[in-house]
Amino acid sequence: MTRQLRGRNAAPRRSAAQLSRGRAWWAVLFIGPAGLGLVVFYLWPIIRGIYLSFQDVGPFGGETFVGIDNFVEVFSEPDLGRALLNTLLYAVICLIGIPVAMIIAVLINTKGLKGRSLFRVLFFLPVVTMPVAVALVWRLLLNVDYGVLNLSLRAIGLPGVAWLSTPVVNMVVIAIVGIWMGLGTQIIIFTAGLQGIPDTLIEAAELDGAGPVRRFVSVIVPLLSPTTFLLSVLSVIASMQVFDLIFLMIDPNNPAQSQSQSLVSLFYTRGFLQHDLGAAAAIACVLLAIILVLSAIQFRLQRRWVHYE
Amino acid sequence: MVAALALAGCSSSGGQDGSTTLNYTIWDQNQEPALREVADEFEAQNPNVDVEITVIPSKDYWTKIQTQMSAGTGPDVFWVNGPNFQLYASNGQLAPLDDTGIEAGDYPESLVDLYTYDGSLYGAPKDFDTIGVYYNKALFDAAGLEYPAAGWTWADFQNAAQKISDPANGVYGTAAAPYGQMTYYNTILQAGGEVISEDGTTSGYDTPEAAEGVQFWADLIANGSSPTLQQLTDTWPGDTFSSGKMGMFLDGSWAAGTYSSAEAIADVIGVAPLPIGPTGENTSVVHGLANAASAKSENLELAKEFAVFLSGEEAAGIQAKTATVIPAFNGTQQAWVDALSTIDAQVFLDAVETGAPLPISKNTTAWVPVEEDYIKQILSGQLDTETGLKELAAEMNDLLAKE
Repeated sequence: MTRQLRGRNAAPRRSAAQLSRGRAWWAVLFIGPAGLGLVVFYLWPIIRGIYLSFQDVGPFGGETFVGIDNFVEVFSEPDLGRALLNTLLYAVICLIGIPVAMIIAVLINTKGLKGRSLFRVLFFLPVVTMPVAVALVWRLLLNVDYGVLNLSLRAIGLPGVAWLSTPVVNMVVIAIVGIWMGLGTQIIIFTAGLQGIPDTLIEAAELDGAGPVRRFVSVIVPLLSPTTFLLSVLSVIASMQVFDLIFLMIDPNNPAQSQSQSLVSLFYTRGFLQHDLGAAAAIACVLLAIILVLSAIQFRLQRRWVHYE
Repeated sequence: MVAALALAGCSSSGGQDGSTTLNYTIWDQNQEPALREVADEFEAQNPNVDVEITVIPSKDYWTKIQTQMSAGTGPDVFWVNGPNFQLYASNGQLAPLDDTGIEAGDYPESLVDLYTYDGSLYGAPKDFDTIGVYYNKALFDAAGLEYPAAGWTWADFQNAAQKISDPANGVYGTAAAPYGQMTYYNTILQAGGEVISEDGTTSGYDTPEAAEGVQFWADLIANGSSPTLQQLTDTWPGDTFSSGKMGMFLDGSWAAGTYSSAEAIADVIGVAPLPIGPTGENTSVVHGLANAASAKSENLELAKEFAVFLSGEEAAGIQAKTATVIPAFNGTQQAWVDALSTIDAQVFLDAVETGAPLPISKNTTAWVPVEEDYIKQILSGQLDTETGLKELAAEMNDLLAKE
């Protein structure tokens, strides 16, 4: 995956003209199904979503053009700002998962480490566990009266915390669960990146007298920067769309529920509880714009810190 | 998987052998076997009809039905509930059942009211539920209190709740659960207020009576008789009650089977009617599901006939035996009471007489989240009752004006 991002230094590709006509047809044949899926499941919904954001949509269809009314409505309510702040908070905290994943990846790839595959399985387990199960287990751990966390705090004389029903605190907690769930994937991608670092470089550093920490900071971290960049872009895109963990961990009876909405949960409330698909589509468009801007900023900033070999 | 089943079950016409297929969509898997039996009976009486039952889990039910109906691929007959009924009826998605020979007099009045829109009956009442007070005799004995009985009052309830509470040991008198139907809707009605005007166009929250009904629960949290909302969201109060650590819990008739068979309290559980409020009434919210026929069904007459059959006497008899829900057809409810021999389940049937329908409007699910949000802030002490309810009423009126 890192290879794709090394555009400039990649092996020269053959131009399309060099492909014979027959081979081009084969290419179309192979790309076709995926391309069709892309159009039907991604491109069309995006176009349709943008279209709907300018319509007033009845609960059972029936659309009337209303110009930018939906956007005016969405922007004039305090919910959007609050949801945006919550979502950004979540996204920022999730970024902390990346250095953690990097350190773990380096540690479990240490030569001669015993039980390496066991560690890999353990860290990857949350990734393949259903979010519903993850949310349920964490809710038990975080229970204000009977949760392990609060029981431990009380045992050492500290007061318990209402982890999931205190605004802001609950977003931090949910982001930590989000990190925990995504760690496995990030470790795998870092492992792939680590395997791309030539042993000779590490050995050279060792001969120059660099200890493990120095080797990590001065050799491994810079050489992994393309992977780090990839993961940070993916992480921001994914965490800006957080919904399932919030939906599963914050019940409607939670006193902090209205202060704990993300942009997508606001979208869900508007579209599927309040039956206002136009306003929901407007929120989705706002989210799309925000993600585009954030990704563009990340691509700009990469020149400052990403080193392609 | 469910989506595939739903899709497969969508087309309403044409079995290979010239028979007609009706799709019946529900959300409760537990009720499927009994309803299959009912459907078999309908098939026996109508030899050319095949009934397919589709179960959509309740969390996805309304979004899926709405999508299917918008695309014209909805079921022929499906369950509707109070909060969603008028959205479907007012948008022409349901077929009126007036000409099917269904007798309104066969069903509790509050249910007929609930499923009547613009003077027509659009849903055949299937079952109903009322609210009662489940209590733990052991905790009442320990506190030296008499058991709750018909005729008891708000003051008795508050007194018992406070005496039983022992937060240090995790024992609470009751729970101010922020669910209107189980708690504050009832007390608002008992105080002489209303959640929404009878015609469903204005909020009733800006009255002193509504404030009294909400304050009842805020006080119970404030004096420690109930866990806080933060505790209630982490531990479902029904579980606290089931484990023998709660004196009284207001819950629906639907939970009677669960509580009366919960190991820790099976021997000490009792049921009492709701306490009498300031107006001298102990009104309970009455809600229930209905079977409705889609106005877009390709076999409209048959779909209407099946919806009415599903809510008829024969169907009610089959369902009552399973003791899951109280059938709505008058005179068939005794089997449900009999199946719950360890508690006085008659309490729930009696509550229908003095009950009031669940408050709804054309787009109920639009204002319920707003309502719950304000009530939660009031119950947790972030807003004082009067200010909070005034703001709630204003916001609710805005949403109602949009309907």
